[in-house]
Amino acid sequence: METLGAFSLLLALCVAAYAFLSSVAGALANKPFLKVSGERAVYGVFLLTTLASGILVAMLMTSDFRMAYVVSRSNRAMPLVYKFAAWWGGQEGSLLLWSWLLSCFSAVVVWTSRNKFRQMMPWVIAVLMFTQVFFCILNVFVEPPFQVLTVSKGVTSVPDGQGLNPLLQYWLMAIHPPALYLGYVGFIVPFAFAMASLITRQPGEAWIHTTRKWSLITWGFQSMGIMLGQGWAYAVLGWGGYWGWDPVENASLLPWITATAFLHSVMMQEKKGMMKVWNMVLVSATFLLCIFGTFLTRSGVVSSVHAFAQSSLGAWFLGFLVIATSFTAWLILTRLDYLKSEAQLESVLSRESSFLFNNLILLASCFAVLWGTMFPVITEYVMGEKITVGAPFFNKVNIPIGLFLLLLTGVGPLIAWRRSSWESLKRAFRWPTLGGLALAAVLLAFGVRHFYALVSFGLCAFVAITVVMEFWKGSRAIALKNNMNLLRAMVELTHRNTRRYGGYLVHMGIVIMFIGYTGAAFNKDTTKEVKIGDRFTLGSYDLHVKQVNDGENDNYVWQRATIAIFKHGAFLGELSPERRVYKASEQPTSEVAIRRRLNEDLYLNFASMSQQTERAAIIQAYIFPLVSWIWIGFYVLMAGTMVCLIPSKVKLAYAKTEVVGVYARETAKAK
Amino acid sequence: MKTYARFAVLVVAIIGTLVWLAASGISESKTYYKTISELKSASGAEAAKRVRVTGDVVPGSIRREGERVHFVICEKERNLTLNVVYTGKDPLPDTFRDSAQAMADGKMSADGTFHASSIAAKCPSKYEAAPGGKPAARPLNSQS
Repeated sequence: METLGAFSLLLALCVAAYAFLSSVAGALANKPFLKVSGERAVYGVFLLTTLASGILVAMLMTSDFRMAYVVSRSNRAMPLVYKFAAWWGGQEGSLLLWSWLLSCFSAVVVWTSRNKFRQMMPWVIAVLMFTQVFFCILNVFVEPPFQVLTVSKGVTSVPDGQGLNPLLQYWLMAIHPPALYLGYVGFIVPFAFAMASLITRQPGEAWIHTTRKWSLITWGFQSMGIMLGQGWAYAVLGWGGYWGWDPVENASLLPWITATAFLHSVMMQEKKGMMKVWNMVLVSATFLLCIFGTFLTRSGVVSSVHAFAQSSLGAWFLGFLVIATSFTAWLILTRLDYLKSEAQLESVLSRESSFLFNNLILLASCFAVLWGTMFPVITEYVMGEKITVGAPFFNKVNIPIGLFLLLLTGVGPLIAWRRSSWESLKRAFRWPTLGGLALAAVLLAFGVRHFYALVSFGLCAFVAITVVMEFWKGSRAIALKNNMNLLRAMVELTHRNTRRYGGYLVHMGIVIMFIGYTGAAFNKDTTKEVKIGDRFTLGSYDLHVKQVNDGENDNYVWQRATIAIFKHGAFLGELSPERRVYKASEQPTSEVAIRRRLNEDLYLNFASMSQQTERAAIIQAYIFPLVSWIWIGFYVLMAGTMVCLIPSKVKLAYAKTEVVGVYARETAKAK
Repeated sequence: MKTYARFAVLVVAIIGTLVWLAASGISESKTYYKTISELKSASGAEAAKRVRVTGDVVPGSIRREGERVHFVICEKERNLTLNVVYTGKDPLPDTFRDSAQAMADGKMSADGTFHASSIAAKCPSKYEAAPGGKPAARPLNSQS
């Protein structure tokens, strides 16, 4: 079996290399035979990587403890779902997942575009397969998943494995890596189309239209991956937080930021023919940052709490990044003629300008995060001394950026294209502004003194009102005209222009998430050594430590504190934070207990038993206000993204149709 | 042209503010990587800096006293140890235990103990080799 797995990976590498070469040769020599065989080879790669992945999963599921990978990531007592999740629980397996997802995407692209874009397709395949070759090389030579255990040249096996890292044995973690990878890997498709359109000197925006869905879906997966990571960090990691500006988290955030900028600035190109070079840069940057993120996570260049073990992967990734970056840069620079802007900025008060600032500020944030993450590496290189920056740096830069973006979220969609007058702005923003100020004033009156929190809540109200007003105005007009009730009119309105109203929903999700993030300004916490039977207080909560029990099951040994919660004398329920030691890996974990409510979460961690006092537990208690809104906002954001993907009922009237660019002008001249 | 001048002013203002924020953020939170031996020989202004020090947790040294956690980390090559007291608010990472490699951020105090405000830890060898008691099986072709 392992031989078949390893062999199919090796074969996948060869077939991918063939697909790359025959596509390039077919495109250059214009030989349809070679192009078609390149396309077929893509399906071949997909089948081969699927076979390899299937074998690895089967080995994990059947606990084949001759295999090094299975021994180090799985054990018999582990639930079946985590045995499956062990596929991406380690370096080798997760790289195989990368390869497999990439081959899936490539196959889907070839299948759905098999009768379209005859000119571009060979190059699209070339870009996809070049990357595939790279990952297959890693699978075959650098981090092979199919290794058997040996003792002096003889194959051996062990009775039981060491188990999946217990921190990963949690349902969110089982789906967080695939979601994030779908987002990471998926962005290669828009990138491949962009490159192909540059190579073949395609006029117009064909690549943007074809990849709009891809960009949106992968953006959705990236958002989902990041959010699942936050949910996991909050509930499992026991940092007492959802975000710690850890290098690995930053790595996942970077491409998301540039992808967000890209989704916005392509609208400028679609509607006004502006920012063409910029969009090329953004789509390339996003793809390269996806690779860079994978590199950061796996190479151990920057120390992180949840990085993979150090390995020789770094040099490979660096090599790939250098090749890809220089090729992309060369391509864009030599094709600048095809990327000329067709319109100019006319006013600071215009939709164009709001997009411009949106992009500027997103990129600034991306740069700041990148700079902060790489700071130890940079300072070591430049000054010979390693210096790191912490959360205060990231927060200081990114909180104002976030708030400014929030403002643009409200302003952007309502401001007119080309230029806007102060009069019309006053009309559009009178109520939202008043609403925002009113909320800030009320909060101030109730004793909120945190400056950023006041600004944030004010802006949230401002944006929420603009979005609600848009829905209200549009749907009321439809309701009156067609004699519908308001709710149906709203559905109808959204259906007529899903992109616009889906976008509003996404914005609304962002607003709700900001409400949740702002809650962090009011966190409270305490750490107490409490005798069993005693009480302590945090905020308005009265916490009564009732008992501590022990026990064990096949997978782990546990110790659990039972704590009764009272508020103003009323009994609210019990929470049982737990400490576990997993048997196979001998790793302790703390299972925090959280009482989730819309206004605030009560978060309890059982740190340990006291070593000084008999029968006393050390309990850390936290109040995290409004955290639930982060997850709610995320669901709204996902719903909005899905709405955007539904085709609009009415064909967009303002979509540009004329063929533009140098190509068009040249053909016009020739005539 | 006037429009572009306006844009330029706005862009410069935004970038300027961000650079200023970033600079102050860096000076506020910059932390120097030091080894235990460097930390022991540091003096004066050097010793007052925020530093990040890494070492292996001496088995049996972790001791909780209410809100504080005391432990000792060591630098194996030179046989140096450092007493650390953790006073941060976040729960300690699960990977923080005897023999783990710990990374402590904080400052030296006059009495020679290191006051850490955050701790990160990892078990470097956990997944590399088979745990003790089992045959020393290793993956085929592995470099280690």
